[in-house]
Amino acid sequence: MTGTLAGLLWGAVFFLLLNSLACLWRVLAGPALADRILGVNVIATNTMVVLALLAVLRGQGFWLDIAIVYALLGFTLTLVASRLVETGRLAFGERTR
Amino acid sequence: MIGALLEIAAALILLAGLVFLMFGTIGLLRLPDLYCRAHAATKCDALGAGLTLLGLAMMASAPGDALRILALIALVLVASPTAGHALTRAAWHAGVRPWTAERRDDGE
Repeated sequence: MTGTLAGLLWGAVFFLLLNSLACLWRVLAGPALADRILGVNVIATNTMVVLALLAVLRGQGFWLDIAIVYALLGFTLTLVASRLVETGRLAFGERTR
Repeated sequence: MIGALLEIAAALILLAGLVFLMFGTIGLLRLPDLYCRAHAATKCDALGAGLTLLGLAMMASAPGDALRILALIALVLVASPTAGHALTRAAWHAGVRPWTAERRDDGE
């Protein structure tokens, strides 16, 4: 894709990268573990949108498959990390708390 | 003519989505405790990513690509609120107390 629309989409890509950089502050500053996981969750969403933008910009459909897998991985990561926040461990079984 | 109008509409929807993603980031950075931040981040994420992807689906050249982007929108709309709910529920059970005016001075 070329022209004005491509310029808009490239601008969106760099805007979302800056957005993710800002979210990194919440990941580094915390204070709780759940705050960091929330920041990572937002960064994962932004990255997924960037991948979809690249798919349309390059006209290559396989980027969308990567974006779908990335979204699923981000979702799974948040669920597993929530389990870590609640019980202090990742494995299934009896709760320690 | 119709094509140009469609492109303008797609660009406007995409820009609206980017603005919502920016609101989500501002909320994540500025709000006082985990529950407020999750409120801002998950809702703005779902709406912002959904609108951005909807604009992209209108721009996509191949119909298969547009269909896959729509599937991605459905995934985001289901996954983002679920993840936020699971995370805040876990934090509540782990003992993270919400921010109130009385507890403002003794930290988070």
